[in-house]
Amino acid sequence: MTVQEIQEILKATVYCEGTSLQTEAHTACGSDLMSDVLAYVKDQSVLLTGLVNPQVVRTAEMMDMVCVVFVRGKQPDKAIVEMAQELGIAVLSTPYGMFSACGRLHDRGMKGGGEAYV
Amino acid sequence: MSDTIQLNFTVPGDDFTRAGEASSEVKGILKKLGLSPMVVRKVAIAMYEGEINMAIHGGGGEITVEISDQWVQMVLADQGPGIPNVELAMQEGWSTAPDSVRNLGFGAGMGLPNMKKYSDEMSIDSQVGVGTTVTMRVYLNL
Repeated sequence: MTVQEIQEILKATVYCEGTSLQTEAHTACGSDLMSDVLAYVKDQSVLLTGLVNPQVVRTAEMMDMVCVVFVRGKQPDKAIVEMAQELGIAVLSTPYGMFSACGRLHDRGMKGGGEAYV
Repeated sequence: MSDTIQLNFTVPGDDFTRAGEASSEVKGILKKLGLSPMVVRKVAIAMYEGEINMAIHGGGGEITVEISDQWVQMVLADQGPGIPNVELAMQEGWSTAPDSVRNLGFGAGMGLPNMKKYSDEMSIDSQVGVGTTVTMRVYLNL
């Protein structure tokens, strides 16, 4: 799945294209707790979150993620978008809530990858 | 790479939004040096969590990073209140962070456990009322 497909599935607004909207992303996680995101070093490409601050982009950077999606229509401020541009990370905002956004991506084949115990 | 490279950073204690800038810079340098992606990510995450901790609890501080041909070492030193019970602080979920920090997505008691998880060696030297120094090493060939 590409970042562009994520944008279409989530009917999202693109605030920053990152490296390219054609960048592939196959795994995702949804969390408002950045330390939980950092706790699992699997190759997750997309972070869905309701938290809006620059540390979200910083966390995505540390995890080599390619895309951050803000849920429930939350909008990133200028500082967040500029940081993401500099780091080549796509930033989207979807009107869907966390559960629905994750569900829509999962339905279309996006996988998790940060499970502690399965 | 035969010589050890040393990098020094000051972490501001009054601006949480800037925490992570040093880790970001180190990550970029390690990538340019051609270290393996897993080593780069382990260093970046361990140092980032440490940097966040310094901003939350330590009132900022100094970080020294040394890169040798065997390992990357990070020494994070603050002059904050110190950790009264290190064993307790190492438990996942144990936290003294204020709500203002939790609202930013941190302070859930995962900082030190994550630092231990991603570093190959870690030691904590903390004195109440004096400060805390955390030393972490990530080996290049484990």
